[in-house]
Amino acid sequence: MAVVLRSRHCPFADNGFPMHELGIAASILESVQAEALRHPAGRITKVGVKIGELSGVDRDALQFGFEVLVKDTEWEPVVLDLEYIPRVQRCSKCAHEFRMTEFDPQCPQCGEFLTDCIGGEELDIAYMEVDE
Amino acid sequence: MNRIEVEKKVLNENQVLAEQLRERYRQLGVLCINLISAPGSGKTALLERTLQRMDKGSRVAVLTGDLQTENDAKRLAKFGFPVKQITTGGTCHLDARMIGKHLADWKLEDLDLLIVENVGNLVCPSSYDLGEDAKIVLLSTSEGEDKPLKYPSIFFKAELMLLTKIDLLPYVPFNADVARENARRVHPQLEIIDVSSTTGEGLDRWMEWLRARQERAKAKLHTATAPH
Repeated sequence: MAVVLRSRHCPFADNGFPMHELGIAASILESVQAEALRHPAGRITKVGVKIGELSGVDRDALQFGFEVLVKDTEWEPVVLDLEYIPRVQRCSKCAHEFRMTEFDPQCPQCGEFLTDCIGGEELDIAYMEVDE
Repeated sequence: MNRIEVEKKVLNENQVLAEQLRERYRQLGVLCINLISAPGSGKTALLERTLQRMDKGSRVAVLTGDLQTENDAKRLAKFGFPVKQITTGGTCHLDARMIGKHLADWKLEDLDLLIVENVGNLVCPSSYDLGEDAKIVLLSTSEGEDKPLKYPSIFFKAELMLLTKIDLLPYVPFNADVARENARRVHPQLEIIDVSSTTGEGLDRWMEWLRARQERAKAKLHTATAPH
């Protein structure tokens, strides 16, 4: 089941979605609709999405886009729960894991510069809540 | 109330299509690169110089994305290689479905290199995997040195940064060392090549990078098909 892209709420409807977050909101709604098909007697009330610091997605714009998409539709009661995932690095030398701030990759424990990103790239649907 | 753990990518549909493309490229030994930058950083100019330097028989093709017009395809078609324009209408990025659709009437087995020139935008294209082997980000000396810090996502995901319009350095208040340092703060392993499409500076290194990557794509093909 696809989201109706030509929503009357979208002023650019004829050309698809010019706004990045609105397209992502549409993908989230598609997943909700697909999951809903598996629970014909239930009703999806919430969808949880992880947004990594490096995902390039603005949470406010995504929240707004989602609300615009579901407004006046049967999906309006679905709450979008966004969880921000900070960038986490793991040291290649001492395996220490740390939250990276100010783009400083240096390991605070041993001083090593070569550290790998192990968190912060997420753009994942984590869970959904269904009232059955 | 029932909680269901889902754990899947939001852009799962795009991801599936991108992986299919990647697998096709891998099986045929085609190198696919995805060029991303702000509008006006010199993607098309770089491609003009790149195609100009290719041997006549090179098996290269270009897909170029813009919101409107066929202008870039016209500029690039002069060099005699297959070029196709993808006009997105209003959409700010290319996605894997658009790539698949525009590749449909090309024979991938006739290609060694597929260059995708994304829509000029430093934000959205970074979220959409096109099945490429490498994302390449361009930053020009007429922009700000802090762009990697302002738009970290794409600088993190790119394997190579091309610092373009390097010939303008004497005339612009741009500190190339600071720009490189900012890029490496976001992505310590990022490769950086300085280029000028006007003077040709750095283009040999860029062509060499492309050649090396093409050889790697071919080598993978041989190891994948060799009998064990």
